[in-house]
Amino acid sequence: MKAAVIIFPGSNRERDVCAALKRASGREPAIVWHRESELPAADLIVLPGGFAYGDYLRCGAMAAHSPIMREVKARAAKGVPVLGICNGFQVLTEAGMLPGALLRNRTMSFICHDVHLRVENSQTMFTCGYETGQTIRVPVAHGEGNYTADDATLDRLDGEGRVAFRYCSAAGELTDDDNVNGSARCIAGVFNKTRTVLGLMPHPENVTDPLLGGTDGQGLFNGLVSALQ
Amino acid sequence: MNTGSNVTPDLAAEMGLSADEFARVESILGRTPNLTELGVFSAMWSEHCSYKSSKIWLKTLPTTGPRVICGPGENAGVVDIGDGDAVVFKIESHNHPSFIEPYQGAATGVGGILRDVFTMGARPIALLNSLRFGSPNHPKTRHLVGGVVAGIGGYGNCVGVPTVGGECQFHPSYNGNILVNAMCVGIARADRIFYSAASGAGNSVICVGAKTGRDGIHGATMASAEFDDSAAEKRPTVQVGDPFTEKLLIEACLELMEGDAIVAIQDMGAAGLTSSAVEMAGKGGLGIELDLDRVPVREPGMSPYEIMLSESQERMLMVLRPGSEAEARRVFEKWELDFAVIGHVTETGRLILKMHGELAADIPIGPLVGEAPLYERPRQPRPVPVEIDPASLPDRDPIECLKKLIACPDLASKRWVWEQYDHLVMGNTVKRPGGDAAVVRINDSGKALALCTDSTPRYCRADPELGGMQAVAESWRNLTAVSATPLALTDNMNFGNPEKPEIMAEFAGAITGMRAACLALDYPVVSGNVSLYNETSGSAILPTPVIGGVGLIADAAKAVDLALKQDGNALILVGETKGHLGASLYLREIEGREDGAPPPVDLAAEFAHGDFVRSQIDAGHVAACHDVSDGGLLVAIAEMAMAGGNGVSLSGRPGGNAGLFGEDQARYLIETAVPDRVLAAAKDRGIYAQRIGTVGGTALTLPGGNAISVHELTAANEAWLPAYMAGA
Repeated sequence: MKAAVIIFPGSNRERDVCAALKRASGREPAIVWHRESELPAADLIVLPGGFAYGDYLRCGAMAAHSPIMREVKARAAKGVPVLGICNGFQVLTEAGMLPGALLRNRTMSFICHDVHLRVENSQTMFTCGYETGQTIRVPVAHGEGNYTADDATLDRLDGEGRVAFRYCSAAGELTDDDNVNGSARCIAGVFNKTRTVLGLMPHPENVTDPLLGGTDGQGLFNGLVSALQ
Repeated sequence: MNTGSNVTPDLAAEMGLSADEFARVESILGRTPNLTELGVFSAMWSEHCSYKSSKIWLKTLPTTGPRVICGPGENAGVVDIGDGDAVVFKIESHNHPSFIEPYQGAATGVGGILRDVFTMGARPIALLNSLRFGSPNHPKTRHLVGGVVAGIGGYGNCVGVPTVGGECQFHPSYNGNILVNAMCVGIARADRIFYSAASGAGNSVICVGAKTGRDGIHGATMASAEFDDSAAEKRPTVQVGDPFTEKLLIEACLELMEGDAIVAIQDMGAAGLTSSAVEMAGKGGLGIELDLDRVPVREPGMSPYEIMLSESQERMLMVLRPGSEAEARRVFEKWELDFAVIGHVTETGRLILKMHGELAADIPIGPLVGEAPLYERPRQPRPVPVEIDPASLPDRDPIECLKKLIACPDLASKRWVWEQYDHLVMGNTVKRPGGDAAVVRINDSGKALALCTDSTPRYCRADPELGGMQAVAESWRNLTAVSATPLALTDNMNFGNPEKPEIMAEFAGAITGMRAACLALDYPVVSGNVSLYNETSGSAILPTPVIGGVGLIADAAKAVDLALKQDGNALILVGETKGHLGASLYLREIEGREDGAPPPVDLAAEFAHGDFVRSQIDAGHVAACHDVSDGGLLVAIAEMAMAGGNGVSLSGRPGGNAGLFGEDQARYLIETAVPDRVLAAAKDRGIYAQRIGTVGGTALTLPGGNAISVHELTAANEAWLPAYMAGA
């Protein structure tokens, strides 16, 4: 699997995701600067975490209008999978590639700690390394990860199996206490209609090495490699 | 040139120059300075920039060693860590700005220390923060804690450098003068370090990064004076941070540093363009000529004085190799940063400033730097406190005392703080915040760095020399406890007004103690910062020499932490317990007293015990390790139990509350599956070690059965700070 990682000014988790991709695929991802208008051939496009353009207007709003995003949309339309993590998720919602929006955490503060996620649908190329209903432990690191959408959209996401992950307890229960940022229906990650675009707030790339406190993120990257090989 | 006709000794005094110092300026120039020149002198000769009260003492600290590549005097210290890599690090205070405007003050403190590190060619890989606030009951404290933590997070999280450790403590002496010390650690190639000395007359001087505005003018001078009740009026001297521009500046500078375009580089920190230009030229023994019309400014009509004294953030000054301008322009335009050639290096040895076709300043740099005032200020030590006799204290239930201590502001969990910092970005955080030292892996090398900050101000007030010694020893111990070999340290000397003899005695005493510990522990000082005049309305802070420690771990997988791991394992205490309660947290929190002599520091024992602990970790005998410090033995055991979620039953002699809570130094706790081997190895080395308990169960149980559940301890430990910040 060959991945292309898009760098915006202010991206800061590109090294983390590149290391996870390389560990899973054995191949160094291509790094693509946001002002490029051409994307190299790639099996997967990744929008990494960070603070693109300082998040100064609204998280992801300016990055969503970068020249490279036209090409990302075109590739996505042809079915090339796109993964947006944290700030990348925010960019995908701002670009209209995923429904909903991400608001300030309900605590109004930045949150960095491990959370539990329940895998809601393992029948996708992103989640095939997990079982549906499986609970994994992954860190979050964001100030604006409170997922919101109107009820009709949320019902549609639920009905179409487009919720990828929900915040949950260690035992997999959905409780208000475990809904770390106050997201609607505890949603931590969503797919597009064709399940070829995934956006999620947590950072599976930061738990792919036993030395760094966990390996529960490996399933996502290993799953992508097996699906896209 | 504008003449100095409106410059008087009174104006100079307002800018912090004494009558003698002003006379010296006039004698150097052979005339009265104009306003811009006076501003340059007052900034360069401020305590903050000139170290005029501290320099003679700082010079006594050991700063060399076989691994030291660059000691104090550059933007940051540089230490060889093998394989062609070097660690670059420094700590710096932003105390005064953070009190006036906590969010921006703390944020720009982080920004400034990041620039000190990447200026040297290093990629920043970790941040730490040593914070001290006033009493939790003081009406300003909650607001200051919230603002400072949000500011540090707001900056560090955005630039994408993990904030992995530090301290956060409270004491009424900081009510009107909090301490915000930020430390940054970076990694560079040992043969690719960039320095600040200018060279090559005729080479271009460029300014890059943010535009220069009217913020922070004369911040260095503010940082060199006591506060009074009008501190809030100084808000305009606090700078505003822009972490996004800083992130671009990091990437752009590191990209340009891959080539050979840069001759010299200096960040614009305190005293802005003034100090960066003067330092670059001064270190190179050259002159510098700047055309201030070419400095990118944020607003029109700025005077030479304002441009030279602005402390606008996220700016760098560079000297370029001839013919490199196009390459520099390409890189900075890619990162959308302002870039301008603003002058050139000269052979005249003078600082020449021009604006609107006129000469705005003409100062000989040699005397400006070399004839800066230097003071050996009078010292008057406070009386030495007496030892506390434990028998004179009332008997108290140790479990009740433990519960109270573990929930006191200084020992309560700081999770509320560090969870607002991204401590995982860059994907190398091996040991997260909350332990003795953070451990950060160096990419794929297999190596890791251990990082911590330490100071025990209450010891320093009681006995400055012992306190300085103890701060260095505790830092060295904290690195050892995670398996690291301590390499070197950076120091942040936070003290009151040095013109008061008892404060100057505190400073000199602390340095004397630090020097002894650095020598004994083979732990040199490679960078640092001095922050004096930490007083408000005549009341000084506790003397607070903060030690930022860096250690090397050859195999990141061997790093240990303090969490108790396995039922049945033994708990071994290394080092003797004598029961020193003077200046202890027990005395303060339980008895409401802050008197008494602090525990003595035996540097030979520190060295021997540390080496022993490291040898046991290397041998694979250690499941968990923790240094024994604030709160003493029982608190340290409780911290290990809480971290692991495991209970422990204590055996052996309790030694009363003095034994359980005394803060005797040079002690470690080790969890091991092979106690006989550890004890035999200790005996071989002549080191005092004893088995004091067994891991297991869900409670911390004293000999005799008095117990508290780990769950209850954790609840008490975790509750205080979130409840306090919620206003409860």
